[in-house]
Amino acid sequence: MSVSMMVSQLAAGMFVSIQIFVVTLIFSLPLGMIVAFGRMSKNPLLQGIVKVYISIMRGTPLMLQLMVVYFGPYYLFGIKITNSYRLWAALIGFVINYAAYFAEIYRSGIQSMPVGQYEAAKMLGYGKVQTFFKIILPQVIKRILPSVTNEVITLVKDTSLAFTISVLEMFAIAKALASSQTSLIPFAAAGIFYYVFNLVVAVGMDYAEKKLAYYQ
Amino acid sequence: MKLMEMNHVQKSFDGVSVIKDISLSVEEGEIVSIIGPSGSGKSTLLRCATMLETMDSGELIYMGEKAAWNDGSGKMLYASKKDLKKIQENYGLVFQNFNLFPHFSVIKNITDAPISIQKRDRKETYQTGRELLKKMGLEDKENAYPCQLSGGQCQRVAIARALALNPKILFFDEPTSALDPELTGEVLKVIKSLADLDIAMVIVTHEMAFARDISHRVIFMADGVIVEEGTPEVVFASDNERTRSFLGRYGEMLK
Repeated sequence: MSVSMMVSQLAAGMFVSIQIFVVTLIFSLPLGMIVAFGRMSKNPLLQGIVKVYISIMRGTPLMLQLMVVYFGPYYLFGIKITNSYRLWAALIGFVINYAAYFAEIYRSGIQSMPVGQYEAAKMLGYGKVQTFFKIILPQVIKRILPSVTNEVITLVKDTSLAFTISVLEMFAIAKALASSQTSLIPFAAAGIFYYVFNLVVAVGMDYAEKKLAYYQ
Repeated sequence: MKLMEMNHVQKSFDGVSVIKDISLSVEEGEIVSIIGPSGSGKSTLLRCATMLETMDSGELIYMGEKAAWNDGSGKMLYASKKDLKKIQENYGLVFQNFNLFPHFSVIKNITDAPISIQKRDRKETYQTGRELLKKMGLEDKENAYPCQLSGGQCQRVAIARALALNPKILFFDEPTSALDPELTGEVLKVIKSLADLDIAMVIVTHEMAFARDISHRVIFMADGVIVEEGTPEVVFASDNERTRSFLGRYGEMLK
């Protein structure tokens, strides 16, 4: 097999990896906010449920979680697993896992806000929703950006875990090619791909941080 | 007419009684200073008046409208959210540590609430904001961010922000306690210049000379009660033992 054929196969995997990355972020970032509110809820039942959820998501391997999401429907409910469910299972697994991590990052940011900001907003007549979106959230985003960057970079690399449920993303294809062609080129290509991907992420997040550096 | 009235207010934190049956009222345009040792309940009283803190017992009335009261069985009741929102428009509060919004420019700190909450005209509000900044001696700072200002400048912006909502009463919670003497001077000068605006002011302060010069009435608080109140001349020359011991040398000087 020629190098160019390998590259075109890897490119297909690359597309799936990017797909997992983008979809996971689009859904887990907002979902994390909802989870964070559940975690900070005054309702002990809701707070307890969310605590257990976060604890499981952080306390067990993502690889295992992907398998549970993929095989669970069959073992638990006897639903026949279709081939097209693979990618869905990976996406669901990633979203619920990353939402838990983002939730804790949001919580740390929200709880680090001085109470004076809420009091000043209240005195000026801002309602609860306005206070959150206009006063609190913009400052929270600035505070948590470095932690979010960390998580996003980890996600880039974690997308390779989808290969455990045979999603044909970058890493799965690289591994298959490496053994069928007895070549290390696919692994080298995969390594370069993940590195460049993360470089782009890091540069982008750095830009965002600089954009928000206009105040302290 | 009484702008604000507090009757028999009580407040305790974890069983420690901080305010013990205080009654206080403020007339239109009146300037009242509250002085007293740290921990005497001055700030808590202000926080109860501005509803940042709920009272345990008593009555709070703005412009004749009840904001909080005891029901027959002694339970505390507050007016509905909608009514409270309206009542709240009567007053503003200037904090000890300013609490400006760091991500808003100076002019946005001042104009955002009038525009987005009170739905006032944008252009007009900006014009009012600029006039207020001029009054505060900060006309060249409208596009600066709070982190670029000194503490005294921040506090002046905070005062402008409170004034932009046209309150009838402005509360000050130790407005100069976070500032060095030089910056204190510039803030006190600005507060003095508000005296002719016909806004009632209630000022918790440790600046005795300032309290004496600006106030129509001085209240001396200690241990959660009002020990003495009256014109500055009366309170600062008081023979009351507790007042004397607090004012210490300062009182001697004035006598």
